Amino acid sequence: MASTTQTNAAEGPVAGLTSRWASAAADTPAIWKILSLALIFGAWEIAGRTNFNYAFPGFLETMAALWEMIADGSMGAAYLRTAEPLVLGLVISLAIGVSSGVAMGLRRDVEWLTLPIFITMQAAPMAALIPLVTFVYGIGLASKVLAVVMLSLPVIAINSYKAVRNVPSSLVDMSRSFMGSRRQQVFGIILPAASPMMFAGIRLGVAEGFSGAVLAELLITPTGIGDLITYNRSIAKFAHMYAAIFSIVALAVITVSLLHRLEVTLFRPEKRGV
Amino acid sequence: MNVTHLSESRAHSAPAAGDAARDAIIEVEGIHKIYGGSVTALENINLDFHRGALTSLLGPSGCGKTTLLKILAGLLQPTSGEVRVNGTPVTGPGPERAFVFQDFALMPWATVLRNAAYGLELRGVSLREREERARHYIDEVGLSGFEDKYPHELSGGMRQRVGLARALAVDADVLLMDEPFSAVDEQTRRKFQEDLIRLREIEKKTFLLVTHSIEEAVYLSDRIVLLSPRPGRVAQIVTPEIDRSGDPDAIRRTPEYLDLIDEIWAGLRTYVE
Ligand SMILES: Nc1ncnc2c1ncn2[C@@H]1O[C@H](COP(=O)(O)OP(=O)(O)OP(=O)(O)O)[C@@H](O)[C@H]1O
Ligand SMILES: [Mg+2]
Repeated sequence: MASTTQTNAAEGPVAGLTSRWASAAADTPAIWKILSLALIFGAWEIAGRTNFNYAFPGFLETMAALWEMIADGSMGAAYLRTAEPLVLGLVISLAIGVSSGVAMGLRRDVEWLTLPIFITMQAAPMAALIPLVTFVYGIGLASKVLAVVMLSLPVIAINSYKAVRNVPSSLVDMSRSFMGSRRQQVFGIILPAASPMMFAGIRLGVAEGFSGAVLAELLITPTGIGDLITYNRSIAKFAHMYAAIFSIVALAVITVSLLHRLEVTLFRPEKRGV
Repeated sequence: MNVTHLSESRAHSAPAAGDAARDAIIEVEGIHKIYGGSVTALENINLDFHRGALTSLLGPSGCGKTTLLKILAGLLQPTSGEVRVNGTPVTGPGPERAFVFQDFALMPWATVLRNAAYGLELRGVSLREREERARHYIDEVGLSGFEDKYPHELSGGMRQRVGLARALAVDADVLLMDEPFSAVDEQTRRKFQEDLIRLREIEKKTFLLVTHSIEEAVYLSDRIVLLSPRPGRVAQIVTPEIDRSGDPDAIRRTPEYLDLIDEIWAGLRTYVE
């Protein structure tokens, strides 16, 4: 229970829909997850059948289209393309975001120097900057990677920073009073204590990275999953378009949930099996 | 023997020269602490803490008890003045002092056993040896059977016992305890106090206990240092002479115990009004 509140508090105003949904999903018993999914998909199916919009397919129709694209390999091929900027961008964001966030949390001078950059990045509407990025870096992989980084990096860095700052000072004092070295304080106390909030930020950042990857494919050049979406829209195969959108949302949710699992197994043994 | 349990009681803090002759494990000399250039938390503290004794620091909230204890622990630097432990000036935390935290300061991701062994872990004691020693002290504080539990599975009183076991496990000469019982309920608190008296007989350590409970100070201490409100100064030193060998509840009903509580309260009252 405690973990739920803590995660939500940590996400704060920057919470992305996918991530919040996923972390809630990771904490609730399976039966509720299934029930909630059934409700959503049921409502979707009914909405599709009312024909309020000719371009809105029902759930079953969408799933059929999804299966078709998986079967003919077009889905797999699209994800191979999309994965490239997404994975590269996320790796860069994680490396830079976590390390600079931790450094800002540990050292005032780094905080003064670096924090304003991330705050500006987070406040700026990044989607609006993508055309600018294209102008500078062209329409290749670099621009797409940059789009992912721009969206995911600030959240990861700022949450890592806040996580380190929020470590109870008595825990650090405790380590110090037993003569822990700075190294022992950082790796033995500060990082494990900061990990829940840090991972909340990472989950948000990864969700943002998915947005970045798709945005880049929609705004820069249609490749991968972005191409599947635009192409199917242009030829009015709306069930296929929705299937592509559905697949990326589902993938983001699954990735974010897996991250939650990873965190618990790596850092928080006390939450295992709770 | 009768009503005179105030064997030393001074209005000001200047220590008598005779004090130094007694075996002082910690000597505090002219400590001032000013926070952020304006908040004077402690003013000219001169004190000796005797080896093997349990001394309480008693005073109203905000008078600088935690500040003084952290200075003794080496966690805070005084603005001026010196603390000596076994004659050596304190520059930081040391192996001869161990701290028990008001909020327990347990690692939520570690089991009771690992928490209790943490001090030894930092000192590079091998896993086997430190777990063996930690188990011994976990047993001594009455927590055997809970070694593999996590802090969130324990009550507040049990968590503080883990904090105590951790401090005992490093075998320091001095235990510095900052309101160790303040976060637990009254029954647990009393049980804890009784256990502490028993523990003192086994462990023969020097205890420094911060509290703002007069009853607790009188019940537990060989010596009570009363601090005045901010800026914290030593207002009075009281030496209760209470025979603690009998039934704990009977002790709490003895006239010596009750009178001393009244007397200290009368002294502190002047600050509250
Ligand atoms: N880091 C700090 N910066 C500025 N002022 C502080 C700091 N820590 C403590 N103080 C001030 O110093 C005074 C003494 O604080 P301290 O925590 O030592 O009191 P205390 O006697 O332990 O109180 P309590 O009984 O409430 O725990 C208080 O007035 C407090 O506001
Ligand atoms: Mg205090």
